[in-house]
Amino acid sequence: MLNAALIVFRESLEAALVVGIVAAATRAIAGRGRWIAMGVLGGCLGALLLAALADVIGAWANGMGHELFNAAILAIAIGMLAGHNIWMASHGRLIAQQARALGAAATNGDLAMSAVAIAVGLTVLREGAETVLFFYGIFAGSKATAASLMQGALLGLAGGVAVGALLYRGLMRIPLRHFFTVTGWLMLLVAAGMAAQLAQILVQANVLPSMQPLWDTSSLLPMESTAGTLLHALVGYDPQPSIPQLAFAGIVFLGVWLATRVTRNRAAAIT
Amino acid sequence: MKLAGQILFRSLPPMILALTGSLFSPAAPAEEPSLSLKIKDHRFIPEELQITAGEKRLLVVENEDATAAEFESHTLHREKIIPARSQSNIYIGPLKPGRYEFFDEFNDATAHGVVVAK
Repeated sequence: MLNAALIVFRESLEAALVVGIVAAATRAIAGRGRWIAMGVLGGCLGALLLAALADVIGAWANGMGHELFNAAILAIAIGMLAGHNIWMASHGRLIAQQARALGAAATNGDLAMSAVAIAVGLTVLREGAETVLFFYGIFAGSKATAASLMQGALLGLAGGVAVGALLYRGLMRIPLRHFFTVTGWLMLLVAAGMAAQLAQILVQANVLPSMQPLWDTSSLLPMESTAGTLLHALVGYDPQPSIPQLAFAGIVFLGVWLATRVTRNRAAAIT
Repeated sequence: MKLAGQILFRSLPPMILALTGSLFSPAAPAEEPSLSLKIKDHRFIPEELQITAGEKRLLVVENEDATAAEFESHTLHREKIIPARSQSNIYIGPLKPGRYEFFDEFNDATAHGVVVAK
């Protein structure tokens, strides 16, 4: 039972962390709870569909269908997160002022929230599909073990959600004057981490060349450790990163940072 | 409108990359025959695979079980779901000489293996 719990916990962790950060980062936007809930629900339904179609998708592109599908999902999610950060850069000052003055979400940000909901939904979809396939496996076994495995799986899911909620609560305690800066950087790091994962998937699909890792920090921080698992779920930490991973992460990090910088300066110049 | 344009612009390069990947099918890199791995009763058969160091090979994993498996290896940097009663292709290498462990994340109590690169 503990085994099932651990597996589902790991799978749900990444999605839960993204939801936690996003829920905090969008606190000033009206109705953000509904948007995020829709994203999560859509992701869950999509995960069920994706799991059911696993055979079909797997057969695409010379057996690399899953890789290319996941790569496309990651690319879109990165774009959505980037879009949110850029939107915050142009509206950020106003939002921070309103949040302080009114203490509540006031800004209309439907476009930004739809982008965020898509990012959340896609992340839940990606991780959820694996979890669903694992659940299918549970029911294929004997009734006795199925019940115990099911308990374990639900426990793992609850654990993942709890960590996400903890992150959210922790972030919400950050004083307002630093708050949006912190969440902005976190979203940026998450997007860069997704870019590193995207690179790795393209290497696995034989679209990008497989290259030797540049360094190995597994003696310092192994992937299997608690901190390593958390860091991997949050920012795609890999103790043995290759050039494609670092390059993709670097390009997204720098690109989005520059875009937000330019946008913020333009917004400041206008006001 | 402007935001939509920016969102599109930001996501275009990675999307183009992912889409072009689907256009030119990943070419088979090596003349060597593919490696074969079977999953049966939540175990890998064989549990040790040999590969020449510096060589890229295609690993064909056949899942004979009624439940999905997830081939995963941190050192090989590979993670792939293998649906029940089906086959999946995984490219591995080129690798430096050494032992690279892999496991089925869904059944990691019983399913473990190693790729030995010489």
